[in-house]
Parts: sequence; structure tokens; C-alpha cells
Amino acid sequence: MYTVPKLEDYSPEALDRAVADLRRALAEEEASISSQADWKAFRDRWLARKNGILTQLNNLWLKPCPADLKRTIGQIINTLRPEIEHFVTHGQSRDEDIRTVIDSLSKDALAADRLDITLPGIQRPIGVKHPVLRVMDEIVAVFKAMGYSVGEGPEVETDYYNFESLNFPPDHPARDTQDTLFIAGQESKPARDRLLLRTHTSPVQIRTMEQQPPPVRIVIPGKVHRNDPLDATHSPVFHQVEGLAVDTNITFCDLKGTLDHAMKALFGSSVKTRFYPSFFPFTEPSADMQVSCIFCGGKGCRKCKFSGWIELLGCGMVDPNVFDFVKHNGYDSSKISGFAFGMGVERIAILKYEVEEIQLFYEGDVRFLEQFA
Amino acid sequence: MRILPAWLREFVNVAANDRQLAEDLTSAGIAVESVQEENGATIYEMDLTTNRVDAMNHYGVAREASAIYDVKLKKVSPMLPERKTRQSNSAVWRAPIGMTSFTKDELNADDSTTAEAFPIVIEDAQGCARYTARIVRNVKIGPSPQPVARRLELLGSRPINNAADATNYALNELGHPTHVFDLDLLEGGTIIVRRAREGEVLKTLDGVDRKLSTDDLVIADGRKPVALAGVMGGFDSMITERTKNVLIESAWFDPATVRSMAKRHLMHTDASHRFERGADWGITPLACDRVAELILASAGGELHGEQIDTVARKAERASIALHRSEVNRILGIDFDEDEIQRILGRLGFGVTRAPEGSFSIQIPTWRLDVEREVDLLEELARVHGYNQFPNTLPAFTGAVVTLPDEPKNAKLRETMLALGYDESISITFVSEQEAKAFASSHSSNTGLSGAPSLGGAPAEPLAIANPLSEEAGYLRTSLIPGLLNMVGYNLNRGNANVRLFEAGEVFEKLGDRSIEDERRHLGFVATGDAITKSVHSAAQPYTFFHMKGDVEELLAAFEHQELHFDDHTPPYFHPGRSARALMDGETVACFGQLHPDLATERKFRQEIYIAELMLERVYRHPLREPRYQRISKFPTVERDFSFIFDEAVTFERIRSAIEELGLGELQKFVPAEIFRGEKVGAGKYSVLLHAEFQSNERTLRDDEVAQWSAQIVVKLQSLGGVLRAQ
Repeated sequence: MYTVPKLEDYSPEALDRAVADLRRALAEEEASISSQADWKAFRDRWLARKNGILTQLNNLWLKPCPADLKRTIGQIINTLRPEIEHFVTHGQSRDEDIRTVIDSLSKDALAADRLDITLPGIQRPIGVKHPVLRVMDEIVAVFKAMGYSVGEGPEVETDYYNFESLNFPPDHPARDTQDTLFIAGQESKPARDRLLLRTHTSPVQIRTMEQQPPPVRIVIPGKVHRNDPLDATHSPVFHQVEGLAVDTNITFCDLKGTLDHAMKALFGSSVKTRFYPSFFPFTEPSADMQVSCIFCGGKGCRKCKFSGWIELLGCGMVDPNVFDFVKHNGYDSSKISGFAFGMGVERIAILKYEVEEIQLFYEGDVRFLEQFA
Repeated sequence: MRILPAWLREFVNVAANDRQLAEDLTSAGIAVESVQEENGATIYEMDLTTNRVDAMNHYGVAREASAIYDVKLKKVSPMLPERKTRQSNSAVWRAPIGMTSFTKDELNADDSTTAEAFPIVIEDAQGCARYTARIVRNVKIGPSPQPVARRLELLGSRPINNAADATNYALNELGHPTHVFDLDLLEGGTIIVRRAREGEVLKTLDGVDRKLSTDDLVIADGRKPVALAGVMGGFDSMITERTKNVLIESAWFDPATVRSMAKRHLMHTDASHRFERGADWGITPLACDRVAELILASAGGELHGEQIDTVARKAERASIALHRSEVNRILGIDFDEDEIQRILGRLGFGVTRAPEGSFSIQIPTWRLDVEREVDLLEELARVHGYNQFPNTLPAFTGAVVTLPDEPKNAKLRETMLALGYDESISITFVSEQEAKAFASSHSSNTGLSGAPSLGGAPAEPLAIANPLSEEAGYLRTSLIPGLLNMVGYNLNRGNANVRLFEAGEVFEKLGDRSIEDERRHLGFVATGDAITKSVHSAAQPYTFFHMKGDVEELLAAFEHQELHFDDHTPPYFHPGRSARALMDGETVACFGQLHPDLATERKFRQEIYIAELMLERVYRHPLREPRYQRISKFPTVERDFSFIFDEAVTFERIRSAIEELGLGELQKFVPAEIFRGEKVGAGKYSVLLHAEFQSNERTLRDDEVAQWSAQIVVKLQSLGGVLRAQ
């Protein structure tokens, strides 16, 4: 086997001889390659960074030589380097037959590794957001993008916040429409302090205005309760998203424009809105808003009961009586105005996902929930 | 309520067809829910808002149409014969249904002789502001003529007799409830409107004996109550085939009084529905005469004397100032003065122009819902048409702020979803037994931390006064019962692998404060396999340690010094397979296997794991901010220790003992394997402990590591551990 000699004689003849010896060895060793393993050994012997022959040339020839010869020896090594690399490259493809054998050997090994990639993958289950909360998030996101902050309030409320401050006088028929669930044992308290389960998210309007002077832009997602047993079309628990905007310049046209914009953001830019007079004690004027059917585009289908329109939310200009309850905090109804709106989230989820029965949302059936991944 | 467009067209001349009319009414807030054809007539099914009692009749709807189309509304003027000149002639229907032929009304001033002959006394002016009556004699009670009967049938009511039907007809036409008494069954020759006396009983028309209270307002004769005012007439004075003489009542009763009576007696009638919402004080004479006219036409007879109109108090209504500037400020568009005058005038408001674009508006007696300027704005907006207003977006100068808990809620939700739990929502109500069994006292009285009760009083569950059912009589005190219900629902349907979580409010009365009774919890439940069986691997059941890992993962999101686990858990947990998590000394979660007894009770045939985090406590800790640490460039040295310990020596004891050594280079110290069995001996276990040492500054020397290892061995031996191998 060739080994790199130390140079003692730096005469040009001696150098030529040393280079010739190296070239001969390089050619002979390359010629004797007969397998992939041989070639790898050859490659490592000549090119390995740590102790390959090329590296040894540096260590044994270049480093110890006298300073005046560094340049000459350096040039010799620089000439040899591409030659060695050439032989190594050539050696790999020198014998096509050997290559074929090697290839087929490795192909066999790979073939044995072959998987049936059509088998199902190993899935680590990821949890699924509840469809109602998912829709609620979407609605909230639309209003956040329009400059609304998120507000919240308690589910057990006082009569004052749920009714009185929203302009539902005591014993008013409008209270009947709310099917309120009352907390027991409240008889000794003044009527306005009696506790109940909030029937809408509207109490948070007052709570927000008590804490924050105008301007206000707030969107309130939340859970509400009513005295309706759970069945296909009713639930004692459901969710609403409430909105409130109060400023010195808010008009009925702004209410319409804001909701029209929000519906387009939620359901697509081709959706149209229309408004009808309605009645809520805490808004005046009050309106119901309909969207052009998101399924048939307004032509009429089963989902919109062939009307082309779907009723989606209630809204209106904040009633001055409501502002009077927070007048001390800057809500003077002769100077400011505002609008409010509220929508049922389940209703939208039912429409959107074509869920037949509202109770499916509260049974926790994983076969149902996992469809909303 | 139903409306027949043919009937309302008797009062207004509308060119639009029935469908168009329905649409236009709906746009103006008089909602026609459906338009149907029935027996050759068009019928509107109405869906009116509770504030518009004035439009719950044909004349009221016609008034709306007159405003929408700007056409004249015809007056209703009952035509009554000259006194005592009319012959009884019940066989012929003479009064036309239509109003077009009516001449000017013939209402005269009170005939004092009649009023004296039959005095009407209003003792309670608060409950009854006005009582108008007429007496008709010599009527012949029988079926109503066909046109009346047909209209009532189209409206969905059953004709009874000509006198009763006359009141029903007038109610549908004018919206005012009236009543007819058999005059001869009234004793004492008088009508007294008063509160009922203690112990009085009245059998109402539906045949039910009503025990009256002193809060009830009644119509009484000289001796006894004969009607429940504004709700229902009395059985004993009702019109029968034998009735000869009748008294027509057309009164105005106080809404709150009628409402409380209807509620107290659980009665809801056409009359109470309208009085509760506010009837028209001004229409009682007209309604009285209209009923008289209808009775005369269908039952014959003659008027006895004049109308008796007793006014206890007047419904005075102040006029309202309306400013065009306010119209523009709230509605966002300008209305010209003529349009304002036209719309409000057609609706029956008295409109007087005042200087500088303002008006003085007189409110009609039937519009109790209109009290303020803003109410007038709504009138303008709805008749103008909401959809005629442009859509604009307001400018805004405020800032968007985030609720303090929003990022925390989001982080936990994201983690639960990533851990494979499906988000769920359960019903908020539980039974009394569940409310108490899962109360917070169980999860904290046992604890090192203070109980959650703020004032020291024990927490009490909140009961519902009017629950949906007995099983739903309380507000949940924990999320666990709801989660167990949902697991049960799944197991009953063959879904054996269930992982659910719910973030929501739980409720307990903690003191006299009210709103603080509500706290946010996170609950989750798991059962079945953590890894399901597949072609690639065997099933791996969900265990206590899966749940513990999930709890650790959730709590790791929050800054804390120390997280500690012990076995103080509520009794609904398996005592040996449950834990309590304390974060910096405060209980923040309990989790583990559901107690087998409870599982059996609920017929669960597999192990159920439940966890509940008290978020109001967890949230006292801020979310953890990520911190960067340089990754050491120097090699790790690993050492294993095999020890045998008594079962009493928990891993926590081992871990904290090693921690006491304070070895800075000990980066990791974990149990790698645990064995139990005969070889190890009863009451003992063998554990392979794995340690990793590493320095940030240098390569560790063998002698250092050997010295630390020796310290570890000595420490573990001090816990009673027996070294098997190192």
C-alpha cells in the first residue's frame, strides 16, 4: 500500500519522483475497485478529511518544508488535488456492471422496506370546537375587526339589569315573552335586586355603560337561559351575541350599515339585508333584520320557507330611557345616541350546518361534535 | 290574531291587492305572518308586537293602511234608531256590515233620566277610569245572522248567540272588549265597579268558581260580583235563550290591575289581552253604541234610554314637541315638514306646526305606546320604510380593548383541543342531590388552602324558583354532573372512547353578595382508549396518568413557583386514584377516576376519569411568558440507580429529597421503570431512577459525577431505600 513519504530531499528530481509514485498508486488503486465497498474505502483513503492522503500531503509535505519552498510545494499539492478528486469520481462509475449489481442490491433492500402506503395513517385525535361556540367566535371576530371590544357579564343577574334598566317596567307584558327562570328565596329582597338567570345578553349593555363613558363599541357573546324544556326546537340554554355602539354621531342609517357590513363579512359579499319594524323595550325605533337566504341566494328554498329571506336578529336605536339609567356616566340622551343588536347563535349554527334538532348541541354526542372538525 | 282584508277595506280605499297590502303592512311594522285563502276569503295571520294593541283589530290595521298609502280613513258611526220608536224585528239583518252607508253619529249628551234610573258607580277610579253602558230591552236571543257568523268563523271563533257575537264582532272591528249582561239577573238596579270583598266568590263564564281577593276588581250589582273586570263575565248573569233585556258594558280598566288579576287567576282572555296592554280610553262610547247597533240589528228590541257614560278619571295626554333636528340626529336623514304632517296626521295624531322646524303633537287615546319624541321618530321611520334609509358606517374614536381573561380562556381551550378533548356544552341545571354532592365544599374544606366561602358562611347551592323539572331544580355547582351525563349519553350509544371538556360557570351562594356567586370552571372527562387499536398498534387505555399529564400541561401555561399534588379529593373520586393539584399552595384542580360506586349507580361499565379546574384561582396567575435558556454545548452524563423502597415512599418524597441536595448540574431525575412482585417482596417496589448531569460551562469530570451519584445514593438510603445496582 502506498504511504505518503516524508520529504527530505527538496530537489526538483526528488519532488518529481514523489509525485510520480503518488500518481502511480492512485491509478493502481482506482483500477482495483470492484465493489461499492471498495470504492468507499478508496474514497476515504484518499479524501478523508482527518487522515486522508490529500490531508497527509499538507501535513507531511507542506507544513515541515522550508519557508522558501512553501509556494512550490503548495502548487504541487494544488495540482494533485483535482487529480485525486477526478479518480475518486471516476472510480465510482468506472464499471457499469458493478454499479448495476450494487444498485439492484440496494433496490432489493428498499423493496423489502416497502409499505402499503394506502393503509390509514396514525391519527392523534385533535379535539373539536363546539359548533355553537365556533359560530360565536366567527361573529365576534367580524365585529372585532370593526373596532368592537369584547364584553362579558354574569349569567345570574338581578332584575334590575335584566329588565328594569332595559326599560321593562315591573309587571309589563313584555316580560312574559322572556320565560324567565328565577332564583328561589329572593322574596325578602327589593324587586330590582332579585336574582334570575339572564334571559338575554342585553344586561351587559348597562353594565358596560356604567363602567365606561361614551364612546362605546362592544360585542358581548354569552350564555342565556329560559324556561323552555329541551326538545327538538327549544333549549333552556342558548347563546347570544349582543352589540352596542354609543357615540355623539350614531344614527339609524349607521345601525343598518353596520349590520349590513357584518352580514356580508359573515356570509359573503352577495348577501343583502332588509329591516322591519319590531318592538323591544330597550330600543326605539326597533327593527328585525333579515338576510337574503344564504342557501338559495334569495330565489326561495326549503330553508327560507320559500321567502328568499331569513330572519336573523333584532336591533334598534338605544331607547333614551335606557340611557337615563347611566346618565351620571356621560350618557345624556340629548347629546349622544347609539344602537344595539342581538342575535341567537344556535339559530345561525342550525341554519349554517343544517342541524335538525337544537338538542344535539347539548347532548355531547362525540359522533355529532366530531363532525365539526 | 287574524285580519280579513275585505273587512278592513271597508274603512280604507286601497288599490293594492291583498298580497301587496300584506307586504306593505309588514314593512311598516304591522306584521302579516301569512296570507291564506279560506272558503273564498283572504285571511291574514298577524304577528303583532306587544306594544301595538291598537292595531289588533280591523279598524286599527285600516288606519295603518291609510298612513302607508296616504288615503282617507272612514269614520265609524253607528246608526241608532230614535229612542223607543224601533219595532222589534229580529228576523231581519238590517245593519250593513260596511260602514260606508253610516250617517253622522247620533251620540247625544247623557240622558240624565236613564243614568238616574240605572246608576253606575265607579268606586275604584284607579282600576276603572270609565264605564259606558246601554240598556236594550225586548231582545230575542238566537243565532247570529250569517254575515256576522261567517266573519267570526273566518277569524277562528265559534259563534255563540247574537248578543255575545255582537261583542266579539265589535272587538274584532274596533279592538275594544265589551260585555253583555242579562239585565234581569242583575240585582239592585245598579252597577258598581269595586274591589272584591274578602270571601266573595264568582263563577265565571267558563263555569269555574273563582275565590276573589281584595286585589281583584269586579263589576258588581247591588249585592254581588257579576264579572271579573276586564277578564271575564260571570256565569250567573250571562246571556241565555231566556234573556229578554240586556246591559252592554264598554269600560276602560287599568292595565296593571287586569294583568295582575289574569295572572292570579291563570286566565288569559281576548279581553284581558287587550286591557293588559292598554285599551283606548276614548272609544268606550263608540264601542258601546256599535254593540247596541249590532244587537238591535240581530236580536231586535229597543234602546232603553240613552247611553250612560260614567267617567271616573280622564286619560289626559300631554302633547309632545317634535323637532326636525332630532329626527335627523337619530334617524340620519331629513324629513320635510309636509311628510311629517302627512304621516302623523294619517295615524290619528294631532299635528300643529311650531316655529323652526318643530311641531306640537297631540297623542290619540289609542296610542298608549307613544309617550316621547323618540316614539314619534319610530312612527316616521316605519311608515317611511326602514329599507328606504341609506346604509352608512359611523366614524369611531375609541380603542379596542381585550378582557383580562380572554387570552387565558383561549390558551386553555387551545390546549384542551390539542390534547384531543372535544368541546361540549351541557345543560346548566342539576338536581338538588347533584348540586349538593358536587358542591365546592367537598373540594376545598379538606384542603390546605382556605375554603372559597368569602364570608365564612358555608356555600349553598342556588335553587330555581320555577324549575323546568325537579331534576333541574338547581344551578350546577360543578361541571362534573353535566360531563357525566354526556359520557353516559355516549356510552349508551356505543361510543366507548369519549373525551369531552366544558368551560363554563358554576354557581353557589357564597355570602350575601350576589354576582360573585358565579365562578368559571374547566371540566373534562375521559374514558376508553387513549390510543385506539389499529392495524399499526394495540389499544392503550386511558389512565390516571394520562389525565394527570393533561392537568400538568394545562397548568404549565401559568406562572407559578410550585405545583404540588396530594390525595385530598372529594368523595366522588376513587380515593386511591385521584389527586388534588395545588399551585403555590392553593387548590386549583381535582382529578382522577370517578368513584366506582358512582360509576355503578350510573351504570358505567368502564373506568371514567374526571377533572375540574377552578379557573378563578388558576387565573390569579399570569400566563407564562416563554423564557430562553442557552443550550449547553457540553455532553450529558447519564446515571441509573436501581432501588427498592417501601410502598409508603412516594416518588414525590424521593424527588423532593433529591431536590434538597441542591445539585446544580443535575438536569433531570425521573423514574424510568417500576416493578412490583414476589422478587421485590410485599409492600415494596423496585424503581429504576434515571439521572442526567450537565454543565453549561464545561465537560463534567468522572470524579465529580461519581461524587454526586454517591450523594444521591446516600440520600435515597436515608429514605429507607435499598440500592440494588448503580
